[in-house]
Parts: sequence; C-alpha cells; structure tokens
Amino acid sequence: MTVIEIIVYICLAIGVVFNTLGVIGLLRFPDLYTRMHATTKATTFGSIFTSLAVIVYALYLFLTVNDSQYLTLAIHAFLAVACLVFTNAVSAHAIARAAHRSGIMPSPAVVDRLAEAKL
Amino acid sequence: MIAFIVTACAAFLMYLILTAGSGTIGFWSLSELVMGTLLALLTGLVARKSLCRSESYRLLSPVRLLLLLVYVPVPFFIELTKANLDVAYRVITMNIRPGIVRVHSGLKTDFGIFMLANSITLTPGTLSVGIDEETNDLFIHNINVGVGDEKKKIIESTELFSLVNLPAWIRRIAE
Repeated sequence: MTVIEIIVYICLAIGVVFNTLGVIGLLRFPDLYTRMHATTKATTFGSIFTSLAVIVYALYLFLTVNDSQYLTLAIHAFLAVACLVFTNAVSAHAIARAAHRSGIMPSPAVVDRLAEAKL
Repeated sequence: MIAFIVTACAAFLMYLILTAGSGTIGFWSLSELVMGTLLALLTGLVARKSLCRSESYRLLSPVRLLLLLVYVPVPFFIELTKANLDVAYRVITMNIRPGIVRVHSGLKTDFGIFMLANSITLTPGTLSVGIDEETNDLFIHNINVGVGDEKKKIIESTELFSLVNLPAWIRRIAE
C-alpha cells in the first residue's frame, strides 16, 4: 500500500463516518430543526471528504500516468464539492424558513425569537 | 458594459474549468476555446442583467477575491470541522437544548448577509432560519443555546464562533 492509498482510505473513512452520523442524527433528533443540523453539517463534511479522496487519487494518477482525463475527473469532483457546499446551506435555510412560515414550531425549544418577532 | 464583461469572463472561466484536459493548447483544444468564447459572449449578452443585479462591483478588487479564496479553506474549514465534531457529539449523547435566537449581524450588503447566513448554517450547531430585512438581523436555530442566552433580546454574531472570528473576515471580504 502506497502513501497515496493510505491517504485515500483515511479520507474515505472520515467521510463515511460523518455521513453515517448524519443519518443517525436524522433518525434520533426530535424535530425538524434539529434534524436539519444533522443533515446539513454532517453530510456536507462527509461528502467533502469522500470527494477529497477522489480528487487526491485522480491527481495522483494524473501525475504518474499523465493522462489528462484524470485532471478532468479531479476538477469535476472539486466543482461538485463547491456546488454541494453552497446548495446545502441555501436549501437548508429554505427548508427551515418554509417550515417556520407554515407553522411548524421547534417543539423542544427554550426560546423562539422568530415567532415573537412575527415577520 | 462592465456587467457584460464580468459575466462573459466568469462564463468563459467556468467553461475553461469544465473542459480542462481536452487538448494540447495549455490543457484545452482549439475547438473548445473557440466554442467557449462564443458561448461566453452569448451568456454575457443574455445574463448580464440577472447576474450583476446589485450593480456594485466591490468584489472585483483582487484583495477581496484573494481573501475569499483564503477564507473558504482556512478559517471556514476550521469552524466546519469543529461544528461537525460538535454535531457528532450531540448525535451520540442527545445532549441538546434547542431554540431560535436573534443575532445581530452588523452587515449591510446583501452579499455579506448571504455569506454570514451560509457560514452560520454550516458551522457550530447553528442554522439560519429567517432574516429581519429592516435591521439585517438573523434568526438562528441553535442546537445548544447557552444557559442565560435565552433571556437576552439579541446576541452578537461573534459570540457564535469560538475559534475564528468569521464575521470580521466576512466584513473584510464583502464590505
């Protein structure tokens, strides 16, 4: 096993562990808003690391085999990560706002300033 | 005119990134370069109004672009890592104290608010739910409201981040 392979395996392991934690959080948390925490943060972090594994391995192949299709693969994986980070945050905000506007209140909550503000 | 140039350049750059590795001129083939130029000009003509709607070109300054490129992989990634360890801990122990608090952002531009809201969504136990468009305050769902914070009317945005002062970074980039 080369150093590159070890790095790839570590990245994949971190990614899969955090994606799994996201799924467990989705099942265990009590209401919509706390579930959004698990699905946005943990899956973003997990997907960043699984894609990082692809990028590292593709760059390694590009530098050793010198075939430009691997460069394309690395760049496309990087673009996928960039899009994922932005769309995950924006869509999480959209879902949370839509839920609050349609009357789903955070059910165990110590404080709700948005409901008091009445926007 | 400047909107057209900016949009066309951004579209051309995107085309170059997507087709890298297609030929021998640099990483591109001649046909891709010609086609990319044509498509970029067309995109600039069609989309200049919707892409440069705010008509402020502050982000074109190279210092701000450089800061943005540093911001994402270093301070933002540090907070992202911490956020994930925090959520992992709460998933396992279910030690939560959720609530929606009002956060004073202190930012004025749309892009600044956009960056702060997105950074907040992806960092420590916080999720942006709403915006007060008159005062630019954000409403944040916090998975673990600090003891005593539920009595405060408003919280400063710097209190949300413990390791790096992300709002200061965003202010430097966007305003």
